[in-house]
Amino acid sequence: MNRALRAAVVLGAGLLAALLVAAILALPVPAVRLPALVAAHLPASGVTHPVTAVLLNFRGYDTLLEVAVLALALVGLLAQSPPRELTHAPSPGEPVLPLLARVLVPFLILSAGYLLWAGAHRPGGAFQAGAVLAAAAVVLHLARLWPAWDRPGRGLRLGLVGGLLLFLAVAAALLAGGTLLRYPPQLAGTLILLIEIGLTVSLGLLLAGLFLFLAEPRSL
Amino acid sequence: MNDPVYDVAPWLVLLPLAWAGLAFVWGPGRGARLALAGTALQLLLTLRLAAELLSLGGRRHAVGGWGAPLGIDLAVDGLSMTMLLLTQAVAFAVFIYARAYFTDRSADGDGHGARNHFWPLAGFLLAAMNALYLSADLFNLYVTLELLGLAAVGLVAAGGNAAQVSAALRYLLVSLLASGAYLLGVALIYGSYGTVALSALPLMSADAPLAVALAAALMGVALLLKTALFPFHFWLPPAHGGAPAPVSALLSALVVKATFYLFLRLGLGLFAPLGETIAWLPGLLGSAAIFWGSWQALRAQRLKMLVAYSTVAQLGYLFLIFPLLAPDGLALQAGVMQALSHGLAKAAMFMTAGVFLQVSGRDAVADLAGVAGRLPVTLFAFGLAGVTLMGLPPSGGFLAKWLLIDAALAQGRWGWAAVVIAGGLLTALYVFRVVRQAFASTEARPPLAPVPRTLEWTAFALAAASVLLGLRGMEVLHLLDVGAAS
Amino acid sequence: MSSGLVYAVVGVLLFVLGAAGMLLLPHLLRKILAFNLLGSGAFLILVGLAQRDGGVDPVPHAMVLTGIVVAVAATALALALLRRLHALSGRTQLADESADE
Repeated sequence: MNRALRAAVVLGAGLLAALLVAAILALPVPAVRLPALVAAHLPASGVTHPVTAVLLNFRGYDTLLEVAVLALALVGLLAQSPPRELTHAPSPGEPVLPLLARVLVPFLILSAGYLLWAGAHRPGGAFQAGAVLAAAAVVLHLARLWPAWDRPGRGLRLGLVGGLLLFLAVAAALLAGGTLLRYPPQLAGTLILLIEIGLTVSLGLLLAGLFLFLAEPRSL
Repeated sequence: MNDPVYDVAPWLVLLPLAWAGLAFVWGPGRGARLALAGTALQLLLTLRLAAELLSLGGRRHAVGGWGAPLGIDLAVDGLSMTMLLLTQAVAFAVFIYARAYFTDRSADGDGHGARNHFWPLAGFLLAAMNALYLSADLFNLYVTLELLGLAAVGLVAAGGNAAQVSAALRYLLVSLLASGAYLLGVALIYGSYGTVALSALPLMSADAPLAVALAAALMGVALLLKTALFPFHFWLPPAHGGAPAPVSALLSALVVKATFYLFLRLGLGLFAPLGETIAWLPGLLGSAAIFWGSWQALRAQRLKMLVAYSTVAQLGYLFLIFPLLAPDGLALQAGVMQALSHGLAKAAMFMTAGVFLQVSGRDAVADLAGVAGRLPVTLFAFGLAGVTLMGLPPSGGFLAKWLLIDAALAQGRWGWAAVVIAGGLLTALYVFRVVRQAFASTEARPPLAPVPRTLEWTAFALAAASVLLGLRGMEVLHLLDVGAAS
Repeated sequence: MSSGLVYAVVGVLLFVLGAAGMLLLPHLLRKILAFNLLGSGAFLILVGLAQRDGGVDPVPHAMVLTGIVVAVAATALALALLRRLHALSGRTQLADESADE
């Protein structure tokens, strides 16, 4: 890229920043106040934490598509990792990391369970729980206690998209009743928990997969 | 909140997601029949939805039963309905083609990697487009844009050779930069109005805050980047020209139309006042796209690259409508007819390019010498698709360009009409370049591999449809009279 | 200036830095990192603007959670493509392919 073009990009970026800051400082008071609406409908949402209510009930459709994005990224990633030789011999390595991993991982799994359960009434939920589960898998891999992943078998494939399929099944069942993702108030809490459990497992596997399918096979 | 009539629209999102997920579980290369069954069902549902729309008017579906602005609304009107019809129809034909294309025999290196992952990725792609056409919520639209972009990139890259991966990375980075700009626009809108539901947002007035004008600019540029309007077209030819033929057909016929639709939707709705003051700009860029794309198509050495540059040019026509938008609706009709006929014709053209590639293993225009006598159906399909792109009667392309010229003349603006006519002549030049080469006599008659007849006839069917569309086009355009549900 | 606005202004700077980085930096890994910077900027603006008068708004929080997951997915796909490109061609930059062939 030549010098003039670089200068133009820098200049444009500076101008955009100035305009954005000016715009932000001159914002009017919004006409619509969603927090009040969320608070008013919270009792009917099946959960008591507002963010979880928005994520899985009021805007649950966003979340459905978002899980699809993650599953899609994994499919696209698998298409980019050609078959390879994986060695399964644990290497001696240094002793500290495996020891740490053995102590840490049970706690990570426990925290994931807590985060999943806590999501209904305080910060937490399936995404956080799934991320912690995936972190546990990554720690195990880095400590050379868990191999990188090659082609997933059918069981693992089912685990990877099972959360999405379960979410879809709930959505389809509710749509058959008339409206997409309209939970009956008395069942809302149960259905949301069911979806969150499925998502925790699948998101954990998906996020771990994004790492383990790309990991160097020789690092084990 | 919801109509007494049972609403089929959300199934158009759930179905492709479901068969994409199941095809993935089923395993690499599997799921073709599932995908075909699912897409056939979607096509039937779309037809039913169109019939309902004509008798009952626009539809609105409050997801979760909450209704905007708390929840997300889905909405169908005439404009989105035409795009949904185009999407399911082209996808169904391309999938029949793809099932025959991705066989073990495709030894040209074009199919193997793509074959294993085509069906799940195509399912996500279709779900993304349907979700985009249905959504009436700016943030939900952001999620559908990301789903669409990643699925398209995955499909381009799935072939797995260096050129494809490189093209896919360029496409991905452009797509992500554009999504980021779009998301910033959404953030500014939410900051200004406290909601992102299209039905709850006020139309942009002259005294709108600076943040809203900036949001309009950011989202507009983002969508032009994703639609590959000149000068943002640089990523399109390597991606569309390098991908396996069924993927190219989906991308060129459908994916760029989705972001164009959103640009049009926001330009006609939320940002209409701003859109009117700078409507000449998309028109000017569209004209440049027509000339630049056609010129590059004339020079291209590879057939698929020629067809990809033709897409750059034909997208230009879509943007010529903006300076001509008027209450008479002619320009809007022209734009929709151009989107429909180009969608059918361009899918057909990439499919014929795939046949030539499978038969000869080569993709150079020069290598086409003598195929006229040996692949008459495919060549005829290419010619018919060319007729639509040139805008010869009675094709859909003719109807589109005729409406466009009509709109320009009704306003006494000869310049835009001249661009349309000049573009048609340039198109004729590059189409004839291919056809003449196919009829050229040649000494060498290299052996041609046998090709499944499905490949030839699906391409022919789409090309014929693009021509016949001109005869029934005005009836299709009646759908546009269906307004949005309140 | 409320703390929400401070976050939003910082978000603007991150966004602009990320956008310039995506355009100017030749190495693909840096482009991918720049995209993450840009994304974080947009998230900060979304959340910051919504609570500029001090109240907490759960809706942008949920949107940003969605956005983060999407950004993770996009980053992973980009890294996979970059690794593949490097394995196939040894390149870590996009060649200038503006020419036809």
